[in-house]
Amino acid sequence: MRKPSRRSFLAGALLGSTACRQDVGARLALTSEEARTLGAICDQLIPTDQDPGAAATGAVVFIDRQLAGYYRRYRRAYREGLARTAALSRKMFGKPLDQLPGEQRLAVVNRLERDVRPFFEMVLAHTMQGFYGSPRHGGNRDYASWRMLRVPASPVRGRILYDLRQGKGS
Amino acid sequence: MALDPVDAVVIGAGAGGGVIAKELACAGMRVVLLERGRWETAWDDRKDDLRNQRTSDLGAPFGPDADRNPRVAVDQCARELVVLPSDGAYSNNAACVGSGTVSYGAMAWRYMAQDFRMKSLYGCPPGSTLDDWPISYDDLEPFYEKAEWELGVSGDVAPDPFHAPRRRGLPMPPLPPNREYEILKPAALRKGWHPFDIPMLRNSVPYNGRGPCMRCRWCVGFACEVNAKNGTQNTVIPTALATGLCELRTDAMAREIVLDARGNATAVTYYDDNHLQTQPARLVVVSAGAIETARLLLNSKSRLHPNGLGNRHDWVGRNLQGHAYPRAVGLFDFDTYDDIGPGASVAICDFNHGNPGLRGGAMLANEFIRLPIQFAGMTPPDTPRWGLAHKEYMRQFYRRSIAVMGPVQEMPLFEARAQLDPRVKDFWGIPVARLSGGRHPHSVEVARAVVVKAAEWLQEAGAIRTWTNVPGLELSGGQHQAGTCRMGNDPKTSVVDRNCRIHEADNIYLADASVHVTNGGFNPALTILANAYRVAAAIVKERRA
Repeated sequence: MRKPSRRSFLAGALLGSTACRQDVGARLALTSEEARTLGAICDQLIPTDQDPGAAATGAVVFIDRQLAGYYRRYRRAYREGLARTAALSRKMFGKPLDQLPGEQRLAVVNRLERDVRPFFEMVLAHTMQGFYGSPRHGGNRDYASWRMLRVPASPVRGRILYDLRQGKGS
Repeated sequence: MALDPVDAVVIGAGAGGGVIAKELACAGMRVVLLERGRWETAWDDRKDDLRNQRTSDLGAPFGPDADRNPRVAVDQCARELVVLPSDGAYSNNAACVGSGTVSYGAMAWRYMAQDFRMKSLYGCPPGSTLDDWPISYDDLEPFYEKAEWELGVSGDVAPDPFHAPRRRGLPMPPLPPNREYEILKPAALRKGWHPFDIPMLRNSVPYNGRGPCMRCRWCVGFACEVNAKNGTQNTVIPTALATGLCELRTDAMAREIVLDARGNATAVTYYDDNHLQTQPARLVVVSAGAIETARLLLNSKSRLHPNGLGNRHDWVGRNLQGHAYPRAVGLFDFDTYDDIGPGASVAICDFNHGNPGLRGGAMLANEFIRLPIQFAGMTPPDTPRWGLAHKEYMRQFYRRSIAVMGPVQEMPLFEARAQLDPRVKDFWGIPVARLSGGRHPHSVEVARAVVVKAAEWLQEAGAIRTWTNVPGLELSGGQHQAGTCRMGNDPKTSVVDRNCRIHEADNIYLADASVHVTNGGFNPALTILANAYRVAAAIVKERRA
């Protein structure tokens, strides 16, 4: 067996740990199966490379939380779209999406973009929000995307109470 | 049960209403200021990249309340959609004390002298209702100055040779330059253009008892955490309240202006949360924003005004406009990002007028800081929108990009309108605004022309790649919404007179962008503020006579 490089070892460890995190904890709107399918889509939309991707940083948590909140109105679209995705995956490769290797996952997601456009666009928009938005909503865990882009995290709140008169602000 | 009568009810505590309330209260009038939203602060609404007035995916924190305030939007294919404030088609501004001035980017533009005479200068394009304002720049000039000094504006417009004459400079110097400024300003000079520091309703030094901007990236769309951004909520409204003569009522949704047999206002009915109240008044000023002002007038029907107040000639709600906003984005092979807010810093007015064969134009300026979620949607046409390539694009160019945009002055269209929806009602049972129509093709043509200049600017600045986005024929409006209750001398083709009093009534005035005949090639906030000072002066003068 080839010895894994440090990078691939770390990446594997990272994926393993996030897979664990994804599986524990109650879902608010999605079933476990739906969450796994969604995670597999998110993982293609913003994959992990040298920086962690969407699925690894809580995009599914983000979407699940919103579906129980401000995005209640999209619940049905998710339910139907994820069922359709699962069916497509079985039809194309005989397995659920999250059990396929990367290339086959990508083929399914490409097909979604072509044939199930409104659902695909919705998941894409929400995945981007989860990954690039504020961490407080469940995605972008540990400021992953902001670290990747080298933008600082939000400043400490309450700065109006600081003494700004002598240029001590910012 | 009727409440005690007051001298004036002002409906809407935004840019216009805040100024009116302050001026009338300071002149000794008893004022009730109604606001359907709440008094929001940076403490209530945290800096949230997904929940702000510009990126409102998870809601619009500065109102209105999504559960209670639907609208109907009719798109270009005649499809009707019930929309939420966080949807683009809703054309939301805000609903809170200060309204848009809480969360705006705070650019503080005076319109140019030409902007008040668009029809005389250019002639009306086919299909448009383009006209001149009944007032000139000179009529507004003293009030621009008053707005600049009372609310506080920083910047330096001296290097701009195109602005109209002004008697006094700005009260505050510009903020120190950010990196985009250092890149773009010399490039504009090399092109022979005239770059200068954008005037902003933002403290660059302590002013009015508040500190300066702390240069964070959460500016446009957010309430300022150090209160350095100047809106009516931290300037004129507190002054109005301090007189003891102005009472601010929040969570107060106006239903109707009550009219007597001669068609004059006697009271305003409003919902105090759920309870219907009647507030008698000798005078009513509506400043609810171009869409909601039109809606309130249309909902105020009487024997004399069966089609709505001021609507005898069917002009209320017409000519809805905002700005066509074309954008050029440039990618660079060096860092342009310095995380120093507000981001927008340098502008040119070389293309507001005098574009060959075109009517008007736009001021061009670098965009406010693009939050990561915003930049994620700004890809060149051939770059994938997702996957490894998109992620690599983000990594490579987030810190190496500049966007230049400009608000193109639009040609008004009679069919671009806000009317009452026949079916959909809001939480209180009041018919909601129904938005329909589109943008004049000439506005798109102008946008196509000025965006070329924006791209040239970026190329001169060293961009290795540029592309442009130009809006289409969809309905305009949004935070720059204007035009729905046009000011004019002829009652047959306008809703209010030059003092913004409704032609058909003696004691009802409007003070927001609904009265704008055209909307300039600039952000409209300072013009709304200045015009409100002018209207207030007319009201006070009339009352003393």
